[in-house]
Amino acid sequence: MNLEQLQTILLAAAKANPPGDRVPYAFGKRILARLKDQPALDLSALWARALWRAAAPCVALTLLLGVWSFVGDSSNSADAAMSSGEDFSQHFEQTLLAAVDESEDVW
Amino acid sequence: MERSDAELIAAVLKGDAASFEPLVEKYSPRLFATARRYARRESEIEDIVQEIWLKAYHKLASFRGDAPFEHWLMRMAVRTCYDFLRGHQRNRESPFSDLTEPESDWLDRFVAQPETASEHAEAAKQLVARLLEQLSPPARLVITLLEIEDRSVKEIAKLTGWSVPLVKVRAFRARAEMRRILARLAKEKYL
Repeated sequence: MNLEQLQTILLAAAKANPPGDRVPYAFGKRILARLKDQPALDLSALWARALWRAAAPCVALTLLLGVWSFVGDSSNSADAAMSSGEDFSQHFEQTLLAAVDESEDVW
Repeated sequence: MERSDAELIAAVLKGDAASFEPLVEKYSPRLFATARRYARRESEIEDIVQEIWLKAYHKLASFRGDAPFEHWLMRMAVRTCYDFLRGHQRNRESPFSDLTEPESDWLDRFVAQPETASEHAEAAKQLVARLLEQLSPPARLVITLLEIEDRSVKEIAKLTGWSVPLVKVRAFRARAEMRRILARLAKEKYL
């Protein structure tokens, strides 16, 4: 049996007999009914869901950073803190109020 | 006045789901013809087309409009059909001992006088359907698109999402797979 020829004829048979394009009765109506049954695509709900999902990692990260800063602070030696004379909060306050201090000098 | 695809799509995206129905009416015949190439039972065919439309509706916002809607829809159709094939590949390898009488007669005629075996015979149609059912999902998809629908390798790459070299490799393997199945048919029937 010539398999090449058989393959060619069978593929030609498939080509010569394209499948029908008949659509079942009221198919479009059924699709629309299915779509209406499904919950509507609510963008605000999707956004809220995404935010809620993001909340848990944010809380976890905050806690981790809190613990890290607490452990980091306590591990620093008291001498080091004393030698610097100021702690972070004082630096922060100075930086934040630097502009105000300057304006007071001008007046 | 008949609204264009772009107008209908814009209306659906604004929340008018009813505007989706003319699209379903217009393109369903094409989708049914495509699905019938990969599934036999009408219930399965209907499920495939329904899934394509549901996917199209939910992903409509991702349609950019730089190509015709039909092309975008056909890509979705081909990928859904491929997923169907992958999900239903159990019992693929069935024996050829259960050939029907007309199929068996057609093969006998082919062996005796190959030039008289007509490709228009119903038995040839049944045989090729049987043959395609035994191919692996990628082989069946690529043979259908390349050999039966006469699409180019580039077109197949676009439809399937495969790269051009991958389509070529899969086409080569698909032809080899088909020849192996035909050899098994010859062995089971005549040896």
